[in-house]
Amino acid sequence: MLRDLQRTFRAAVMGQSDDALASHVRAPCGALAARIDVYRTTVQESLADVLATAFPVAQRIVGAAFFRRLAGAFTAAHPPQVPQLSAYGDALPDFISAFAPARDVPYLSDVARLEWARSESYFAADAAHLDPATLQTLAPEDLDTLEFRLHPATRIVPAAFPILTIWEVNQPEVMDVPAVDMSIAQRVLVTRQNDVVPMREIGVGDMAFVTALAAGSGLADAADMAMAVDADFNLQTTLQDHFLGGTFAAFSPRR
Amino acid sequence: MPAFAAEPADAARLVPWLEVHSENFLSAGGPRRGMLARIASRYPISCHGVGLSLGSADGIDEDHLTRLAALFDWVKPALVSEHLAWSVADGAYLNDLLPLPYTAETLEVLTRNIDRAQTKFGRKLLVENPSAYLSFADSTLTEPDFLNALVERTGCGLLLDLNNIYVTCTNTGGEPHAYVDAIDASAVGEIHLAGHSSRGAGDDRVLVDTHSTIVCDDVWALYRHALTRTGPQPTLIEWDLEVPDIPVLLAEAARAEGLRRAA
Repeated sequence: MLRDLQRTFRAAVMGQSDDALASHVRAPCGALAARIDVYRTTVQESLADVLATAFPVAQRIVGAAFFRRLAGAFTAAHPPQVPQLSAYGDALPDFISAFAPARDVPYLSDVARLEWARSESYFAADAAHLDPATLQTLAPEDLDTLEFRLHPATRIVPAAFPILTIWEVNQPEVMDVPAVDMSIAQRVLVTRQNDVVPMREIGVGDMAFVTALAAGSGLADAADMAMAVDADFNLQTTLQDHFLGGTFAAFSPRR
Repeated sequence: MPAFAAEPADAARLVPWLEVHSENFLSAGGPRRGMLARIASRYPISCHGVGLSLGSADGIDEDHLTRLAALFDWVKPALVSEHLAWSVADGAYLNDLLPLPYTAETLEVLTRNIDRAQTKFGRKLLVENPSAYLSFADSTLTEPDFLNALVERTGCGLLLDLNNIYVTCTNTGGEPHAYVDAIDASAVGEIHLAGHSSRGAGDDRVLVDTHSTIVCDDVWALYRHALTRTGPQPTLIEWDLEVPDIPVLLAEAARAEGLRRAA
């Protein structure tokens, strides 16, 4: 039956023995293993390449050989569920957290989370960014209850490690990676502007602010929540940074 | 791809149409889709699928059909094609074009899946012959006979990949010119040319369809032969690994275009 043959073939190319497949296959004498291996190599290498493309910093941190082992274990446990490779890898950060050989690199899964957020941002839906000039058309009394909508490409990645600094010092153009103080926690705002994916660190207050807006709070309520966790939160400068950075897609006065 | 992205204006004068892998453009948005929108406004586009898994005994995925149908509604491609292969088993996508035994059962599976896809898309699908590294003991039909049977049963067209024919015949036995002669030439709606590479030696030698180099002389000869049967068909140079500078690619395309026009 074709279904059984395809299951057997899948098992062989994902790393199991050729034995079950061998009886179905014709290949030149002695060449069977090499022929099945062409498929096995393509499947495993191409999926590892997809992950290496989406997680270049994680790969640089652990090295190509270790990353191949990680990718092999991941693809065997979590093969792609849809034939759309830009969507493959969302489960890798959690997989890294539980991957015993990576235990010595405790920040690796958080760095991978940042890289996945970048990938999601890059492929997210298109939408116009909020033009702050449109705010001037509003009556002052409407400002407090404004609801901002995050741009579809905006993501916040909180971490217990300095993930943005780690990301920056592991770019290809950095030849000598400087020491990084791993005791610093960073929250990173990711979005997409002009076809690139800029990132910046934000404070705890700003994170509370954007998170509240994303959940549907009005401007005044979101600012109160930010102030509750960060007494120095400045609504004016924070908003300017977000307008400049393209965090928001649109706004609407609350009805 | 980067070279095309950077120089669409120059390439526009030299290239009559372009082909993309459909599955690379299924995201919600982003720069890649923006680039496709730009090139689709200047060139006819062929959408070439690599993920529909027409040969899956499990059937094809309705969600994926829906995503592809939405892409085609947006791009309005001149041609839509997929492979005589499978890549999904038990819900896992294996990212390769895996081989099929050519049996009555497989013919039923392909007929059902192609019918579904053509109904969903509301258009004819061109089905491409794959490159094979092995064959199956259970096969009862040759690959050309299998493809001809699909044409007869579903009304699909054929995308004849001449490099794949050369690779498959070398790896699994068969004569490329005889393969081409056995194909229902009236069903051919597109031709692919590409370069391959060789791995191993002696009995272990195998040709691999890497799309990483120029088209070899034997495949050019096969192209000249195929054109005498199919007439001038839209012809694509596939090159997606170790992509050379654009002039090398354009020279290959110009050589194909010269032969095509002479046919």
